[in-house]
Amino acid sequence: MSADTLYDKVWDLHRVAELPGGASQLFIGLHLIHEVTSPQAFAALQELGLSVRHPERTVATVDHIVPTTSQARPFADPLAEEMLATLEANCAEHGITLHGIGSGRQGIVHVIAPELGLTQPGMTVACGDSHTSTHGAFGAIAFGIGTSQVRDVLASQSLAMGRLKVRRILVEGSLRPGVHAKDLILHVIRRLGVKGGVGHAYEFAGPAIEALSMEERMTLCNMAIEGGARVGYVNPDAVTFAYLQGRPAAPQGEAWERAVAWWSSLASGPAAVFDDEVVFDAAAISPTVTWGITPGQAIGVDEAVPRPEELEEGERAIAAEAYRYMDLEPGRPIAGVPVDVCFIGSCTNGRLSDLRAAAAVARGRHVAPGIKAFVVPGSEQVAAAAEAEGLDLVFREAGFEWREPGCSMCLAMNPDRLEGRQISASSSNRNFKGRQGSATGRTLLMSPAMVAAAAVRGHVTDVRELLNR
Amino acid sequence: MNPTPFPQGPITAWSGRGVAVVGDDIDTDRIIPARYLKCVTFDHLAAGAFADDRSEQAGAHPFDLEQHRDASILVVNRNFGCGSSREHAPQALIRRGIRALIGESFAEIFFGNCLTLGVPCLSGSHDDVAALQALVSREPTTVLTIDVAGLTVASTDQQWSLQLAEGPLSALVSGQWDGTSQLVAHDAELRATAARLPYLHSFAA
Repeated sequence: MSADTLYDKVWDLHRVAELPGGASQLFIGLHLIHEVTSPQAFAALQELGLSVRHPERTVATVDHIVPTTSQARPFADPLAEEMLATLEANCAEHGITLHGIGSGRQGIVHVIAPELGLTQPGMTVACGDSHTSTHGAFGAIAFGIGTSQVRDVLASQSLAMGRLKVRRILVEGSLRPGVHAKDLILHVIRRLGVKGGVGHAYEFAGPAIEALSMEERMTLCNMAIEGGARVGYVNPDAVTFAYLQGRPAAPQGEAWERAVAWWSSLASGPAAVFDDEVVFDAAAISPTVTWGITPGQAIGVDEAVPRPEELEEGERAIAAEAYRYMDLEPGRPIAGVPVDVCFIGSCTNGRLSDLRAAAAVARGRHVAPGIKAFVVPGSEQVAAAAEAEGLDLVFREAGFEWREPGCSMCLAMNPDRLEGRQISASSSNRNFKGRQGSATGRTLLMSPAMVAAAAVRGHVTDVRELLNR
Repeated sequence: MNPTPFPQGPITAWSGRGVAVVGDDIDTDRIIPARYLKCVTFDHLAAGAFADDRSEQAGAHPFDLEQHRDASILVVNRNFGCGSSREHAPQALIRRGIRALIGESFAEIFFGNCLTLGVPCLSGSHDDVAALQALVSREPTTVLTIDVAGLTVASTDQQWSLQLAEGPLSALVSGQWDGTSQLVAHDAELRATAARLPYLHSFAA
């Protein structure tokens, strides 16, 4: 059993009580809500005659259903309009802060909470969204929950939870140029599998992790859930503190010093014990692309779609399904696969550094004929910062559309979606069948820089060929 | 569609017909595609269950077969329910009549969502699950009887053992799987925990 890890320390501090049956009651320090998974929770609360225990510890935004072209109200889609109106009414009734469209602070929930300084080391963070693991980048214990659990957090600021095992993912060396956090996490999931992390928190550690920026750490932790790990985290360090300092909800003045001292004390120490450990060499990782229908079906851009005999026996059935669905035959090099749509954005890769990396590839080039390419900033703040440095113009001149913030074509709950059997190069997190809004649509996951490379070449391309010129 | 009441109280046993949905890593986008999430209640989700898989299989999906119309036990393979945390997935299955799942393994958030709804996700070995899937597909009228406390599932002439961790098992059989009232009742403990979290007072912005 793990001991003295950040996970153990934060868990013990937030443990409210032991519940009958062996679960623990865990206090939730920060609760984030959005329009898709909260309406039924508020309705259930009302049915039970309960109020919101700590309205000041819940923060709301709207992201999943917002259009990225015109965000004028009412939305053209009456269902989307009803969902936002319901969120607005619930927040007003219960005194919950809502960062709505045009507030300057709206955006994807996992982008705005960090940029507002709401997410801090040592917190427990819950949200009705599986990518809540993102917030683990700060040394928080953060996880996705279902709507009944959203109700529980609203009512009690706590949840019934089982303790996880802690696996250290130790990444030695350093990532090579053109290789990003997205490639690293796709590589980890490729090796450990999409179910390898079930029952575990992943602690990402080692020199390659310490060298990552906060935004890269968010990309990494965001996709822990795609490897089955509900929680992924990085120990807080000077990079974390530098990111947080001066943000609206971050401590200030003397309180800042006290906060840094406490945050520093939470990191897994030299005496920490892990349930197990897996070691990776960062330098061995190439830009990585998925070829199938799970995020674990990933290969280096310089590799070919694996043949059945190269796969473990247990993986062959879903590989066969992937060959058929994706229409990619075994042995075919992934580089050169033509794409139709290129999407840059999402809670995985919709932050400023992601847009910069993509713009560096797009600058002075043009989207290939017949390709639809668009950029969706992760938040209003990201959009403003990108526009302030002219990234919107770089993208527009290169033939990309520059859109308004939201989740967009990551899950296609708004009008942005694939049509028919279109194939996308996407900086999002899931290549599941039908994920991007067409029941037969296909998704190739990759880093934002790789998406930009695919857009200008019209097919899957090793971005390093474009960076070296 | 299904008049069976939603789960209530202790969940100790369930008898019903089975339906097999075969395949590893069936994610919650497949269980219910995102377009069905545009709603403010769970009331009308049954139609969305496996909607895209069903249209792809043009009537041949197990959920579209007449012989499985009344099935209440869903038999699946590994890592069922991976991906999105959407509770809409188990809510859609419940509204389609599903009251228990037997599988090789389940994704964590999906498992927890089912538990808070009183729907047991029981695990069986690869061979046992394959045998159950073959049985319910071959003989769809076979009634399976799940003994939750005893961790077995039986047909008229066969029995298989199942696994479920002690915590969820005890929550189900004691009827304490929907624990909002328990959580709210710990008022003093909640106050004590909040008082020792420095970010709530000593350096709160």
